[in-house]
Amino acid sequence: MNHRAAPIERAETRLAWLLVAPAVAVILLVSLVPIAVTGWEALHVHDLRLPWLGTPFIGVGNFMEAANDPRFGAALLHTVAFALISVPLELMLGLALAVMMHSVVRGRAFIRVSALLPWAIPTVVAALLWRFMFEAQTGILASSFQTFGLVGPAFDWFVHPLAAWVPIIAADVWKTTPFVAILLLAGLQTIDPALSEAARIDGASPARGFLTITLPLLTPALVVAAAFRMLDALRLFDLAYVITGGGPGTATEPLSLYAFIALMQRLRFGYGSALSVIVFLLTFAFALVWVRALGRSLSGAQS
Amino acid sequence: MRARPAAVVLAVAGALLLAASLFPIYWMFAASLMPESRLFESRSLLPTAVTFEHYRALFDERDFLVPIRNSLLVSGLTTIVAVPVAALCAYSLARLRMRGKGLLLAFVLAVSMFPQISIVPPLYLILRELRLLNTYPGLVLPYLTFSMPLAIWLLTGFFRQLPRDLEEAAMLDGATRMRTLRDVVLPLAAPGVASTAILTFLYCWNEFLFALSFTLGPDRYTVPVAIMLFRGRYQVPWGEVLAATVLATIPVALLVLACQRRIVAGLTVGATKG
Repeated sequence: MNHRAAPIERAETRLAWLLVAPAVAVILLVSLVPIAVTGWEALHVHDLRLPWLGTPFIGVGNFMEAANDPRFGAALLHTVAFALISVPLELMLGLALAVMMHSVVRGRAFIRVSALLPWAIPTVVAALLWRFMFEAQTGILASSFQTFGLVGPAFDWFVHPLAAWVPIIAADVWKTTPFVAILLLAGLQTIDPALSEAARIDGASPARGFLTITLPLLTPALVVAAAFRMLDALRLFDLAYVITGGGPGTATEPLSLYAFIALMQRLRFGYGSALSVIVFLLTFAFALVWVRALGRSLSGAQS
Repeated sequence: MRARPAAVVLAVAGALLLAASLFPIYWMFAASLMPESRLFESRSLLPTAVTFEHYRALFDERDFLVPIRNSLLVSGLTTIVAVPVAALCAYSLARLRMRGKGLLLAFVLAVSMFPQISIVPPLYLILRELRLLNTYPGLVLPYLTFSMPLAIWLLTGFFRQLPRDLEEAAMLDGATRMRTLRDVVLPLAAPGVASTAILTFLYCWNEFLFALSFTLGPDRYTVPVAIMLFRGRYQVPWGEVLAATVLATIPVALLVLACQRRIVAGLTVGATKG
């Protein structure tokens, strides 16, 4: 290419920016400006119920309050624990589902539809469905657990602080495993079947062939799927809000839900914004770490 | 012969996974047809007595058509606004010479990962100031925050998959970029645009947090918010809730049945580009 751009190229660059401009303007307006405003709000006292207080600047006061707020600490712990439990489950089950989808010859369309349905239905619907199945009196799962003697009679899943997590995690795993499977299936389809064929001819068992050939080649797809799922899990809101409402007490309250309550129920916009900023920073930090790891693993896979 | 046990294990595991996938959805349909009393007694997996009472109540007593209309309008409008604007941007990112393309794409991806809660407070204050709370634009604007980056990301992937030759031939024949975009690229890209539109619509249809925060009354509730608020303080009218969840699922199920390939293409194009 010439060092000095020819007029036609300059025209192309101008067109390129022209085409990009509307979308970038929209994103700036509806996402970036609001994020900045959230950061600004977080440095102020802003209570919608006490408008006469005005919005005095208090620096990191809201963040200090969060640091000393046991409910915030618990919510942070809940969010991280939820992500660390549900995402590995989804990756393992998703991998199993992907391998199966990859190996079947007939009925692919049926399998694809049955996998896509849980992913596609609204999260609120999935949440209500799992709440219904775990409900003490009506729930088909609650009563099955009783029938098999896994829990005592009249055990109420939503009264026990740890048991209340089970329906939330179950719903998340149920709803997002297909998504993981579809990403992994795409990864599997890019792997040359000749490779595992060669391993088989060399006398490797299917399990060994899978572990030494397929899995390493699938690592980039696994890393991408894990990143998407972690980012989603760290902002958990819908499932907790609908299934348990954060209860019993605040035993299943994740960060997003606590921020929502501070904002929309207590109308403490300063403190709620600070909590929102923390959720944002948490996912952002995770994404940064992950992108670097992803870069390393991809360059490792290529070399 | 050595592959046999592995194949059997795979088939059994696969059947179990599929059953686990489908059973809750089946159960939602079946239970929505059971009389309220049966919901609490019956342990049968088949609806022993079928009633449409819950569906009748949904429309006669709860006016469920209103949230359905709201959801269709908001999701449809968002898709109509987001996809064309995103398509122009995506074409530019996939094809044209410009600096900072990689940076711009990374920016789009980063924005698409913003946790929704982190922009709820300013959007609420802004929408209140503009008197847009509890209106359709008051939902479409927030919905652009996730649908715009999503659509750009997907469409860039789709445009990159298109062969360049036809475009170059058209331009050698003297067609301008815009004309090439309209007459050559768009028809070729139609399937990708369709995938993107379907996914955008689905994400809007399923959205909950913004709709919960920025609507104030039943006249503007979307389907997820309306269903959620059926729940009384102490008593859940499960029959009607289930009937409503079935109705919320039907459009989604139809889309999945009709466009399964397109949806899978959309889900994978965004993730496999690295």
